[in-house]
Amino acid sequence: MTWGLLLQAVVSGLLLGGVYGLVASGLSLIFGVLRIINFAHGAVMMLAMYATYWLFVLAGVDPYLSVIVTAPLFFVLGVVIQKIVIEPNRAAAEHNQLLLTLGLALFFENLALVLWQGDFRTVKVAYSGASFMLGDALVEVTRLVASAGAVLMAVGLFALLRLTDVGKALRALAEEPEGAALVGINVSRIRAASFGLGSACVAAAGALITPFFYVAPDVAESFNIMAFVVVVLGGMGNFVGALAGGFIVGLAESLGAAFLPGSLKQLVVFVIFVLVLLLRPQGIFGGSRGR
Amino acid sequence: MALPPLLPKYHLEVLISVIFWAYLGIAWNLLGGYAGQFSFGHAAFFGIGAYTSTLLLLQAGLTPWIGMLLGGALAAAFGLFEGYLSFRYGLKGPYFSLVTLAFAEMLRVVSVNTKAVGSSLGLVVPSAKAAPAMFMFAGKLPYYYIILVMVGLALALTWKIGRSRLGFSLAAVRENEDAAETAGVDALGTKLRAMALSSFLTALGGTFYAQYFAYIDPTITFGPSVSIGALLPAIVGGAGTVLGPVLGSFVLTPLSELTRYALRGRAGADIMLYGAILVLVISFLPQGIVGLVRERRVRAGRR
Repeated sequence: MTWGLLLQAVVSGLLLGGVYGLVASGLSLIFGVLRIINFAHGAVMMLAMYATYWLFVLAGVDPYLSVIVTAPLFFVLGVVIQKIVIEPNRAAAEHNQLLLTLGLALFFENLALVLWQGDFRTVKVAYSGASFMLGDALVEVTRLVASAGAVLMAVGLFALLRLTDVGKALRALAEEPEGAALVGINVSRIRAASFGLGSACVAAAGALITPFFYVAPDVAESFNIMAFVVVVLGGMGNFVGALAGGFIVGLAESLGAAFLPGSLKQLVVFVIFVLVLLLRPQGIFGGSRGR
Repeated sequence: MALPPLLPKYHLEVLISVIFWAYLGIAWNLLGGYAGQFSFGHAAFFGIGAYTSTLLLLQAGLTPWIGMLLGGALAAAFGLFEGYLSFRYGLKGPYFSLVTLAFAEMLRVVSVNTKAVGSSLGLVVPSAKAAPAMFMFAGKLPYYYIILVMVGLALALTWKIGRSRLGFSLAAVRENEDAAETAGVDALGTKLRAMALSSFLTALGGTFYAQYFAYIDPTITFGPSVSIGALLPAIVGGAGTVLGPVLGSFVLTPLSELTRYALRGRAGADIMLYGAILVLVISFLPQGIVGLVRERRVRAGRR
């Protein structure tokens, strides 16, 4: 284990962490307002990656630019999912709501498999291979842009929650659903907004990573589990925690990859997950609800 | 029961598949339906069963008839470990589901990376010549009778538990754990018993799978599709009822076979259908098919 390798692992981890943070922020927002662990979150991201891919292949739209199209599009998809599938089942038992989103995840993931098969697709842009050295570590420009862009968007989401009326309503609903209804907030609309915003976040994250990540149906599953880990780590419903958790998991994963043989690095993420769930289910930064 | 010997081979295969998934549903139902603890990771127990009996057969020449019991015991021990950790630390609802999913995924990753268990290449179970003492048969028919007997025993066990003290404790814990504890029910012990039984039965299903298909690998046995395949028949048929998983499998499995047949070469179509069915069932039939039948009966009774 040389210093160069360690430095490289830390840099890769930090670059991945920003994207993880944005994915998890979306999941955390949905959980905070709806109290639902959205199993379909990774599947929405995967669909957004396909949207980015097809916009690039068919219309030549740059992946970064396509966020302007995909984020609003997936906001609408999120609103539709909430209105049609989740909202009518609000009274259902907690585990049934979880099964509902599991059903959606299975549907989307396999829809992609049926439509576009399982092969890995990649978006080759002019700047795909661009990189520079930071000390002994190689920094790929696409990864840097993705991480920085993701952090920016997460900060934007945070500002939206703090400064706008919709944001205030969202936070009110997360903290005190009945009180929010009493003061005249249109709760079903705000619930739809939360699912929409959460989906837009994960769609933006999907677009940001397509220049360096493969596009395939199984992306859904791996990002799903990663997002659960980050959200549990950061504290359910805690945005700053989600962002910080993203960096921690990104680091843990790339350090695991550097130290452990084969695909055992995935084990690191699961071990963190189980330990945090068992020992600190409110997350290491505290969340809106623990057990 | 007497018909299968006359069935064409393909139909017999579908029938075995129906009963096999019904069996896993029954096993899942003991924990998910009766105890109300929704596991998303029953693949862990399934895989432990499949790998234990297969490795004992390949390495030590031990017959899977004994290997399957050892696998069941190992899976029950793992289930108790998993359950003790989760329940002791008060994990409920979705959090329990996530932990079980994580444990199954951990076992998958470990088995992919362990050469001694065949890594991602998997293990081939010898099946060239028939040897009933070694759980190897010529043709599909014997496997049909074996899985039928397994389902019969599992159903009888479920029925018996439903009428026993344990069954009442399970219902009490499922409906309101705090109230059950106040009434003197040992909630932790009750849930652990359900966990042990459920994981033991699931592991036996794993050995059956290994012997019937003569091949296992980490993705097949520890992957999420087994976990989903185990919970789906119970949810669709009616969780917490004796016959629910059987009804569920009789609806779901032929449907998935038909889809696969109709959309040949399109991988994923059957699971896509499962996803849609899951959403529809939760939305319109939250008590499953059994719940629908019961509701009809109650309405008819009122008239």
